[in-house]
Amino acid sequence: MSDTRPPIAMLAELTHRCPLSCPYCSNPLELTRQDSELNTEAWAGIFRQAADLGVLQLHLSGGEPASRRDLEALVAAARDAGLYTNLITSGIGLSERRLRALDAAGLDHIQLSLQGTTPEMADEIGGYRGGYKRKMQVAQWIGEIGFPLTLNAVLHRRNLHQLPRALEMAVEMGARRIEVATVQFHGWALKNRDALMPTRVQAQEATRLVEAARARLKDVLVIDYVPADYHSDVPKRCMGGWGSTGLNVTPEGLVLPCHAAQTIPHLTFDSLRDRSLKEIWYEGAAFNAYRGTEWMRDPCKSCARKTVDFGGCRCQAMALTGDASATDPVCHHSPDHAALQSRAEAHAASEEAALVYRDAAGSAAPVPAE
Amino acid sequence: MRGAMRGEEIPVLPRGVRLHQDRVRGGWVLLAPERTVALDQVGHAILSEVDGKRSLSEITAALAEAYNAPQDQIMQDSAGFLAALRSKRFLEVVTEVTAEVAT
Repeated sequence: MSDTRPPIAMLAELTHRCPLSCPYCSNPLELTRQDSELNTEAWAGIFRQAADLGVLQLHLSGGEPASRRDLEALVAAARDAGLYTNLITSGIGLSERRLRALDAAGLDHIQLSLQGTTPEMADEIGGYRGGYKRKMQVAQWIGEIGFPLTLNAVLHRRNLHQLPRALEMAVEMGARRIEVATVQFHGWALKNRDALMPTRVQAQEATRLVEAARARLKDVLVIDYVPADYHSDVPKRCMGGWGSTGLNVTPEGLVLPCHAAQTIPHLTFDSLRDRSLKEIWYEGAAFNAYRGTEWMRDPCKSCARKTVDFGGCRCQAMALTGDASATDPVCHHSPDHAALQSRAEAHAASEEAALVYRDAAGSAAPVPAE
Repeated sequence: MRGAMRGEEIPVLPRGVRLHQDRVRGGWVLLAPERTVALDQVGHAILSEVDGKRSLSEITAALAEAYNAPQDQIMQDSAGFLAALRSKRFLEVVTEVTAEVAT
């Protein structure tokens, strides 16, 4: 497509390995095995290709990127390529020595996830005993070294009441920014909608708390807010528009328009083992499938907001309607909107639902002791 | 809400915020945590002078001379831009306490 602009951001899923087993994990249901992961040199080459293509921001993610023993070398390679490097981590697997090595390698910024504001909550949600304590230690080292920090609090029905404390913790840690991210239902999270769906009242309260905190903490803490999607009436501008600003590389080198794109069964994805990043970005079938507005039908096609939200999330349209080119049911113009809202209410009312954990094999992990 | 940056204040780019020449699109950008800000010429000119030592007045005076433009005009033109960067925490002001520690 001739008017396609270069991407700004690349999410590198360095590995699907992770010590946590969060019930809302956004990685695909089928995880890439360690022996299929790209090696250090392959990633370094991809970082150079990305910079040549116009990528400015590199997000090093996973799984848990600290599970890669060569993380320090990967950061150095990314900085050599001229990329801004952001590490998205749970903190597990980072020692003070490793953090200092990442500092020396030129790491620009750290985004630290928060599963809860108490050890009981965080360790239950992460499915990893001692994880909270370790994370707090890592946060302290991050502050001592002086890395800019974003705290990423993932919130859902079980822990939304901890939002005020999460905001306090971000300030105490010296974070410049917090992402208040209500859980999005992709990947493993779809299995846990009954356990995780916030109530409508919770979602409204979260919005109120965020607005109050934005006023109170102006110039101290920047708050990015991802509201409860299923309870909204306007869909999210997913990925800033499909194939418009960002791309995702899987541990084995497949290039995806977003992390969940593999849930759309008719799409095919190119591998960096076969084609260049530039070819895939501009010519790849999956990237062109939902780029721009040509693919749209009504109500999207004639909608004034079609270049504002691009019809919402393609993967969500797929998951909820079975048709990836349908209007995201979050949109109040969608014929499926009313059904989605009642479904959200029903999920939120499932008081008995237990968390279904994931582990490397995709089966339930042991639940930590109370 | 904090007002515009005062002339005597000393701006500084905090760690993790840096100027970057965008060789693919041309021009300069400010790279910050998970954000990229495209810079116009005035924005780039000011941020290039920010060194954590000189005050905003000193910077705009130098630019006024270099570009043969009134200093007041430069202050006015950049006030909104600098305030926006500051509210996103992409730009900070050296406080007296840290200035003392630094000397």
